[in-house]
Amino acid sequence: MKSELAMRESKDLLPLRLENIVFVAGGRRIIDGISLVLDAGARTLIVGPNGAGKSVLLRLCHGLLEPTAGAVRWNSAETPGCARRQAMVFQRPILLRRSAVGNVSYALKLARIPRVQRIARARDALRKVGLEAAAAYPARVLSGGEQQRLALARAWSLRPEVLFLDEPTASLDPRAAQEIENVIAAMHAAGTKIVMVTHNLGQARRMADEILFLHQGKLVERADAGRFFKDPASPEAARFLEGELPW
Amino acid sequence: MVMPRFLAAVLLLAAFAPSAEEPFITVASTTSTEQSGLFGYLLPIYERQTGVKVHVVALGTGQALDVGRRGDADVVFVHARAAEEQFLAEGHGVRRNPVMYNDFVLVGPRSNPAHVGGKDIVAALRAIAAARASFVSRGDRSGTHMAEVELWRVAGFDIDKSKAPWYRDTGQGMGPALNTASSMNAYILADRGTWLAFRNRGELSVLVEGDRRLFNQYGVMLVNPERHPNVKKELGQQFIDWIVSSAGQGAIAAYKIDGQQLFFPNAKDAAA
Amino acid sequence: MSGLSEAGGEALRLIAGADPRLLDIVLLSLRVSLSAVAIACLVGLPLGAAIGVSRFHGRRALIVVLNALMGLPPVVVGLLVYLLLSRAGPLGELGLLFTPAAMVFAQAILITPIIAALSRQVVEDAWAEYHEQLRSLGENRVGAAMTLLWDLRYSLVTIVLAGFGRAAAEVGAVMIVGGNIDGVTRVMTTAIALETSKGDLPLALGLGVVLLSIVLAINAAAYVVKESAERRTG
Repeated sequence: MKSELAMRESKDLLPLRLENIVFVAGGRRIIDGISLVLDAGARTLIVGPNGAGKSVLLRLCHGLLEPTAGAVRWNSAETPGCARRQAMVFQRPILLRRSAVGNVSYALKLARIPRVQRIARARDALRKVGLEAAAAYPARVLSGGEQQRLALARAWSLRPEVLFLDEPTASLDPRAAQEIENVIAAMHAAGTKIVMVTHNLGQARRMADEILFLHQGKLVERADAGRFFKDPASPEAARFLEGELPW
Repeated sequence: MVMPRFLAAVLLLAAFAPSAEEPFITVASTTSTEQSGLFGYLLPIYERQTGVKVHVVALGTGQALDVGRRGDADVVFVHARAAEEQFLAEGHGVRRNPVMYNDFVLVGPRSNPAHVGGKDIVAALRAIAAARASFVSRGDRSGTHMAEVELWRVAGFDIDKSKAPWYRDTGQGMGPALNTASSMNAYILADRGTWLAFRNRGELSVLVEGDRRLFNQYGVMLVNPERHPNVKKELGQQFIDWIVSSAGQGAIAAYKIDGQQLFFPNAKDAAA
Repeated sequence: MSGLSEAGGEALRLIAGADPRLLDIVLLSLRVSLSAVAIACLVGLPLGAAIGVSRFHGRRALIVVLNALMGLPPVVVGLLVYLLLSRAGPLGELGLLFTPAAMVFAQAILITPIIAALSRQVVEDAWAEYHEQLRSLGENRVGAAMTLLWDLRYSLVTIVLAGFGRAAAEVGAVMIVGGNIDGVTRVMTTAIALETSKGDLPLALGLGVVLLSIVLAINAAAYVVKESAERRTG
């Protein structure tokens, strides 16, 4: 079994190349020919109206869905059976009926971290998100915001190269949402590439380095965040920012 | 993943495997014999004397003989001579020994719509048919059922084929059939043993008894070890030898319910 | 109904008298049914979970069959196992007919579909909720099935109790494969059947009350354990 260090020394996951991805489901072309390259570094936020295909695009990148046509190419492929080098956090945190630290240890077990290191690393991750006091609590009695922070701690403990997030604060109140944004910023500062879907334009303004704007399954515009919000190049993006396209 | 579970399952089953220390035989007999309480009285005596346990599987006569045919019992102990002789003719049994007899009684309701009584069973059955009075039959291929059908034949009725509405064919053992007769206030032919042990009599009582044609002969057979090699032939024969010996026959005669002897030993009667 | 009050009196007399033969019958009933449930769980829980998380050709047909097997008539299972274990049958060499092992075997066959079909449903429902996150973390289907079984343990307790209830209640299978031999294969249900057929209805009902009390006690104990554990882990 390769050690974690050895796996890191092999090539990085990024850049990720999507080559003319198409995804058809239920007779609908949800993703209609998207090509792009995601590099390390920038915080990439994906925005667009409902039904644009944002969540599906995220899942295609993460590998939860297979494209109907086209290819998803990582710079170095993940070896099945080895620890995952990318992680994903969903809108609603899915936690097991265990303690907070137990949930994180579970992820570390899947990552084949030796048992003796698991608890320490799990507690470290909980500390980084401010949940060390709740380590022994059953995960399900935590509040919504705490559960989402726990999901982030679980992802962070894996030290992923890429973190995908699907509207992680959509179900949270503003204060809890702010805490989540802080954790994401901290993970980014520690070296994880952030790829996040949001329907909250204020959040996009706060967090994005670059914006991917999706509309009807196509990548309509890609730009630096500052330029996108001040002066969108495409008419769809302009209408979207004005509020004419539905959220 | 699969192996440990499978082993655990096998171990669990093995935990229940019959222990090697206690010798036992399997005797296929009838429900009416067991329900009379005879085995509860007789077998502890045998077990004390020999240290061999007797496992009695109580079924209808037809079923008991089938168990013998399949080699699932060591000894067969039933009361239907014709069926037993056929069993021997088929090669499933070694020899038939008469053991004892008990008798059947005609039981009926207090209202007695057919006005039966006394000793003549055939006359009583004719009266019941004439009065179209309710009559419950076991209908289960048991020794009792076959004896009953034979008595109807002597009385002039092909009762199985007649489908008379007053004749209730229940397909049950003696006890449940008595329960049915009790709740319906019907006539029924029962073996005296089950009747004496039966608690739910309602308005039923014995109306006709003592007719020679009501005697019910028991025979015992060792299942043929040449046909069924697994049969415990020494232990089985030991049981048969005991039950026809004076010790066994004496024990049978000593069994009483309410002071009444139920079974009359007649192992010496070669014609039985 | 005077029969019921007689039965109640009979039941109390049975329990207070602590008749050793009654105790033997009760213990054998518990040994047989609990062993059958254990085997059914060892086979049925992984099977149900595996089907719950998989996709394969013919899966829906398999689920329909599994669900239908929950309604296996005990007397039919008894007959089939009898034919299997009879000396004249394929497994006759084992000499298991008319023993408690045969009864455990027959009851295990009866209960395994219940455990498998119900756990399949419960796991499948949870899988729909969990599958993206578990796959994201790198879990494979086998690991997911095991993880879900443990996560759903409180729901599974109810399923196991359903299986136990079915086993403790049935008489058709154990009567045929056990033979209701006094002191060897007589359990509560076959004893009740015997006393009923002898016409001793108060005793039969009394035994019935004893049986119900035991099953009730087991369910109450399981409930208490489950509730306190659930409170601790959420």
